[in-house]
Amino acid sequence: MSSEHTPENQASRAEDTHRRGLKGPSPEERPHPEGRRNSQGIRIDPEVEAEPEVREAVLSALVLNEPGVLARASGLFARRQFNIESLTVGTTQNEEYSRITLVVKEPEPGIEQAKKQLEKLVPVISVTELTEDAVRRELALIKVDGDHPDQIAAVADMYDGTVVDASAEAITVEVTGTNKTIENALDTFERFGVREIVRTGTAALEAGANATAKHWPDD
Amino acid sequence: MSERATPTPEADDSTSESAEAGEQPRTDEQRTEAEVEERPVTTGASSVVRALENAGVEAAFGVQGGAIMPVYDALYDSSIRHVMMAHEQGASHAADAYGVVKGEPGVCLATSGPGATNLVTGLADANMDSDAVLALTGQVPSDMVGSDAFQETDTIGVTSPVTKHNYFAGDADTVGDTVGEAFALAGMGRPGPTLVDLPKDITQAETGRDPGPARPPKTYNPQMEADTQDVKVAARAIENAEKPVLLFGGGVIKANATETARKFAIDHGIPVVTTMPGIGSFPEDHDLCLSWAGMHGTGYANMAITHTDLLIAVGTRFDDRLTGGVDTFAPEAEVVHIDIDPAEISKNVHADYPLVGDAGRVIDQVDARMEHSPDAREWREQCIQWKEEYPMDYAAPSDEPVKPQFVVEAFDEATPDDTIVTTGVGQHQMWASQYWTYREPRTWVSSHGLGTMGYGLPAAIGARLAADQMGDEDRTVICFDGDGSFLMTMQELSVAVRENMDITVAVLNNEYIGMVRQWQDAFYEGRRMAAEYNWCPEFDRLAEAFGARGWRVDDYDQVAEAIEEALAYDGPSVIDFHIDPAENVYPMVASGAPNGLFALSEDQL
Repeated sequence: MSSEHTPENQASRAEDTHRRGLKGPSPEERPHPEGRRNSQGIRIDPEVEAEPEVREAVLSALVLNEPGVLARASGLFARRQFNIESLTVGTTQNEEYSRITLVVKEPEPGIEQAKKQLEKLVPVISVTELTEDAVRRELALIKVDGDHPDQIAAVADMYDGTVVDASAEAITVEVTGTNKTIENALDTFERFGVREIVRTGTAALEAGANATAKHWPDD
Repeated sequence: MSERATPTPEADDSTSESAEAGEQPRTDEQRTEAEVEERPVTTGASSVVRALENAGVEAAFGVQGGAIMPVYDALYDSSIRHVMMAHEQGASHAADAYGVVKGEPGVCLATSGPGATNLVTGLADANMDSDAVLALTGQVPSDMVGSDAFQETDTIGVTSPVTKHNYFAGDADTVGDTVGEAFALAGMGRPGPTLVDLPKDITQAETGRDPGPARPPKTYNPQMEADTQDVKVAARAIENAEKPVLLFGGGVIKANATETARKFAIDHGIPVVTTMPGIGSFPEDHDLCLSWAGMHGTGYANMAITHTDLLIAVGTRFDDRLTGGVDTFAPEAEVVHIDIDPAEISKNVHADYPLVGDAGRVIDQVDARMEHSPDAREWREQCIQWKEEYPMDYAAPSDEPVKPQFVVEAFDEATPDDTIVTTGVGQHQMWASQYWTYREPRTWVSSHGLGTMGYGLPAAIGARLAADQMGDEDRTVICFDGDGSFLMTMQELSVAVRENMDITVAVLNNEYIGMVRQWQDAFYEGRRMAAEYNWCPEFDRLAEAFGARGWRVDDYDQVAEAIEEALAYDGPSVIDFHIDPAENVYPMVASGAPNGLFALSEDQL
């Protein structure tokens, strides 16, 4: 079962002078359309080119309370280069389900894509982008030098905060509120010498009787 | 063939009816369904195998190993045909191709650690091409997970980014249901690979639970029909288009919608462009067909895509190899996008008319709403003119080495229309897709989105078994491979020989990583770093060493005879075609360039 061998044909090795290519009008000889799309694939007027503006969105995902679901969500966002401002997770009134709240900063198509990709994860039941009216809260613990306990307590009061730990050297204040409130509080506490800060990220629910989850599984 | 009692850990061999001294070990015994039903589920592993049987699985591809042994032990009693591959990558590619040809999820198995990591390339490939694959991986016992035990890898973590979903089995009583769910999920909606990680203590544990039929997860409910109002609006847009183009992607084939899609195109006289995974969704010898568009697509397909005023895209994700620079992709066109995955709508290209649903059903919905066909006579004539202006021909002077395009055409002529073609990735793949006339779905089996060199040979093995199990033993399976691709998975030849699989491998051998060499010549001033072999094994003799048949072809006058003999040989054969090493793939759209600027030769890049 031996096979036929003929002398090696090395003649044209590295002799690339005879590349002919295919027949047809060259690129210069072809008609080319005027139209253009932007980087999001949306048709635009090239004269007034504009990229969509980045905005912040709060996404709330109802998910099965099972191991690894947070890793799936965060892995997805890292992999697809979505900008996450914050991510929180915790159980709901039904211990079978958890709620993930994500704050993302993206141009419009990116927010839409983040929502849809999140919805594709199997343990995810529904994803909602929260409205402007939604109740959004964040908690921060701010540890400052303990030199001015009275002033610190007064500032904490200004922000409806509470001193939750105090020693001769350091005082820890808890502030809960909107993202804006927390930012302001942090600025104000700077003067006392901030030692450490920790923040929870945004937790949010729709206001009034509006449901945050579009739907729950119909068991 | 003798009856065999189900082995249990405490089984006393003397009670076994067939435990005669000197009994030959059983290998691949076919059992009747009645016998399968009589076999009780006793362990997690037998529950896993029962779940596969309940799902109608007829074949699995895998490699044995410590942590997966209980599952293999349960397979001993099953009629599922197991093909022992040489490498787990081969198992995942074979399962992928088997699934493509058969239209159902292919199944692969591997042990923990390196077995599981070796599957990753095939899973990533299936994920990118939306191919349904179920992978079952062994895992170290639950109480050792996290301890860096022997052959332990975080398979769930490693495979999460490259699977549709994966499962860590935590309970012998539910493991069968989990496997059934993973199988159902792989094939449902937008298909994709799923994986179940099986700790050894779970598969070894006792359970009597017979899992029911494969059921998808409760939280997974793909939308099958598009919104009726959206359909109406899209139908109006199609009626009013002057330069419509249908773009058929792989989703048309996956949805088994080729008949519906073809009828729609022909009834309404709309020219058809396919994507590369969409090859076979529309007969390439039809007047309306412009073949496929993109980086190495035809000139006429790229012209049509560039100048269309309405692109009706079905089951495609607008990959960058198709679009070229998005800024210049179909820049004059409104886009109708039919897809089962809502996340693909407006991901890369904005959809003016998004229609979420199953390809066949949505095309039917649109068709039902169409009051008249678009008036596209002039446009059709324009497309035909482009076909004449940019022919896919090539020069084949007799004083030069054999041209690869000639080899592909010679094979196409020597084989029937239902022949299955698999490929690796590179120049040979492009020639195989450009110069073969595809007419049927599931005859083009290749690696698209991931571009996996080495896909071709294990894919041919998977495709061969699928055709055989579908009763098409006479169907021809050809693997066009490159020398580089062949060197990556050629160990699977041992499997083809052992299983006596009738496949023909055509190595289009230029002794280069040819596509890289082509790019180096075009974009790196010909600095050929790590693209030329300078020495290549003799693949024909290598084939013979494996126990296959081998031929070597250096001249045009040897081509036809070698093809004839290889096709006639009932078993694996390899033809080593020493092709013109200087030949390049054209047309070519430079990466990120406008499709309309496709180059016909290097000086146009």
